[in-house]
Amino acid sequence: METAQQLDKPSLGNNDAAKDKAINERDAMTQDTPYPDQTVGKPFVDNPKMRLRDVEVFYADNQAIHGVSLDIGKNEVVSLIGPSGCGKSTFLRCLNRMNDTIDICRVKGDLHLEGQDLYDPKLDVVELRARVGMVFQKPNPFPKSIYDNVAYGPRIHGLANKKYDLDEIVENSLRKAGLWDEVKDRLHASGTGLSGGQQQRLCIARTIAVSPEVVLMDEPCSALDPIATAKIEELISELSESYTIAIVTHSMQQAARVSHRTAYFHLGRLVEMNDTETVFTKPEHDLTEAYITGRFG
Amino acid sequence: MQTGNLLLLLVVMVAGAYFVGLRRSYALARPLGGIRHLHSLPFYFAMRSAMWCAIPALVVLGLWLAFDDSIIRQQVLAGLPAELQPTDASSYNLTLSKIQNVASGALPVGFVEPPIAAAAENLQSLRQTSAMAMTVVIIVLCMFGGAWAWLKVSPQLRARQQVERVLQTLFMLCATVAILTTVGIVLSVLFESIRFFGKVPVTDFLFGLQWSPQTALRADQVASGGAFGAVPLFMGTMLISAIALLVAVPVGLMSAIYLAEYASNRVRTVAKPALEVLAGVPTVVYGFFAALTVAPFIRGMGESIGLNVASESALAAGLVMGIMIIPFVSSLADDVITAVPQAMRDGSLGLGATKSETIKKVIFPAALPGIMGGILLAASRAIGETMIVVMAAGLAANLTANPLEAVTTITVQIVTLLTGDQEFDSAKTLAAFALGLMLFITTLVMNIFALHIVKKYREQYD
Repeated sequence: METAQQLDKPSLGNNDAAKDKAINERDAMTQDTPYPDQTVGKPFVDNPKMRLRDVEVFYADNQAIHGVSLDIGKNEVVSLIGPSGCGKSTFLRCLNRMNDTIDICRVKGDLHLEGQDLYDPKLDVVELRARVGMVFQKPNPFPKSIYDNVAYGPRIHGLANKKYDLDEIVENSLRKAGLWDEVKDRLHASGTGLSGGQQQRLCIARTIAVSPEVVLMDEPCSALDPIATAKIEELISELSESYTIAIVTHSMQQAARVSHRTAYFHLGRLVEMNDTETVFTKPEHDLTEAYITGRFG
Repeated sequence: MQTGNLLLLLVVMVAGAYFVGLRRSYALARPLGGIRHLHSLPFYFAMRSAMWCAIPALVVLGLWLAFDDSIIRQQVLAGLPAELQPTDASSYNLTLSKIQNVASGALPVGFVEPPIAAAAENLQSLRQTSAMAMTVVIIVLCMFGGAWAWLKVSPQLRARQQVERVLQTLFMLCATVAILTTVGIVLSVLFESIRFFGKVPVTDFLFGLQWSPQTALRADQVASGGAFGAVPLFMGTMLISAIALLVAVPVGLMSAIYLAEYASNRVRTVAKPALEVLAGVPTVVYGFFAALTVAPFIRGMGESIGLNVASESALAAGLVMGIMIIPFVSSLADDVITAVPQAMRDGSLGLGATKSETIKKVIFPAALPGIMGGILLAASRAIGETMIVVMAAGLAANLTANPLEAVTTITVQIVTLLTGDQEFDSAKTLAAFALGLMLFITTLVMNIFALHIVKKYREQYD
């Protein structure tokens, strides 16, 4: 497993002595600061959309997630932050069972979506993924037209009987994703011909076209420039009115801007979870504080 | 000295030059404080010496061997008295072989005219002189080359660049050999075809519906005109290729999809090479499999349901050929399917598509250009295939679309036109070149098309 020492160096002054001191401090911090026995802060909410308890994930014999428990509330934006390799993407991918595509990956624990056990053997994964959609790190539009990209989900789930209904779903989804005005004249041009930010919004439109209840976003802005990022962030705030959103991000500013609650992961453990404002202004745990003040990451 | 021994000596000398060059560069480096003060590594100095030693000598040796025989022959014949001078090509060859036979001792001296015997002696002595001179020249060249290289070694010498340049030239020459050979083949086929089209009009060849070249040789027969209509052959080729593709494309594609998307790693590591073994079976083995097993089986099957099946049928040849080209389709399709980015699969699965929906709607369309390329390559292979068709489909040039009848293909006709004793200026044999040209153009166009598609596909994801 990756340790903090192997991670990217934090941004520090050019002064070598200061750098050494900071690195030593960081190493001491990651080695000596104990994990809390229990997640500090308030990981649970009343009447959650997703109730996740004691989640453990293994890649073959390698444990990537150690007993993470948290709730995701209705119409809430939850951001998952933490250094690289801390397991936040792995955790996110458990929520719609995308980890199933990895042969060596095993998931343990209680994961419920409104009372439905996600890992119930009788559960239809296809149906689950229609309820819990996912937007990936790198925009991945299909090499089809913009229209077909958005219509893909509704078509496979039979959401529209007539061409007219499908047109409406496509238009609504593109409008919600804030892309309609930019592409309405070229719906039949290839989706791969759009800019990076437009592609990512197309992927979001594609995801919400199947009317999911939860949208998972795995670093949706990491491949985008600041302007495209700003548009996506604005979009996330708008979407939170109708959807529940869990977003993994490396940008703490982004977490602070878009999310209601923030979870801090460290080496496969959930260290702290609380209201975003509390996490960024009064972190309870030393590790959280060290991360958000940029002492490592 | 004989050429073989000379070459051996050359190798020894080149190796010597190599080591002398190596020692000298080390010796030069020592007072300077190590080999890092040389411009190039000692290896390059040594290689440079070896090259100087070998290349001029080899070039001269090659030229010498290429031209000495004809020069000697000219000299010998020029020495003959006027009444024995050859007048045309055949008497030239006759006189020459007579002289050579006397010289080699196959013909006793008493059997021939005295001037011929004298010429034979002359030939012998000239050859000896030539061999001697060659040995001396080569050895001297070798030594001079080596010595020159040895003298020029200095710490500033850019030996590395020189060696690189020589190697680059060598690679280029090798590539040129392959290209020139292709050009030569194409040109020879082209010129022979032009001769053929001088005897048979192009339109008759391209649009004629009857193919019976055998009659053309027998001028005394009633049907002496010969018919060179290539349409039945093209039809036969297309029919058999179509049957082969009908077998190979679905089977190959589906096995590729299974291997790329469903099979576990263990199955894949065993199954993929096993499938590719199919491409390694010699076509003649497929041929007798088709002729002895598949064709009688099809005939039996057909008869049991009341169909009249020829004992050599297009179907048998096509089926077996289809099996042969499965790996062409499956291997290429497997590669392009695997090359579709995982992000595409994730995107589709993340929207709640099943695995087969993902394959059908996302992966297959994304990989389609590459798959098409694979199919076209397989088709080129099917069109050019000969052995299976010779053995299983017969020689009868029937113009038919019925797969149960015997048909023949372009390649098979080329084989039958050119095997056995033939005159090489009759329309019959020249027709083979015209057919070859057509075949070449067809497969070339298909290959260019296939490569173009594959290339276009690559640009999409990079």
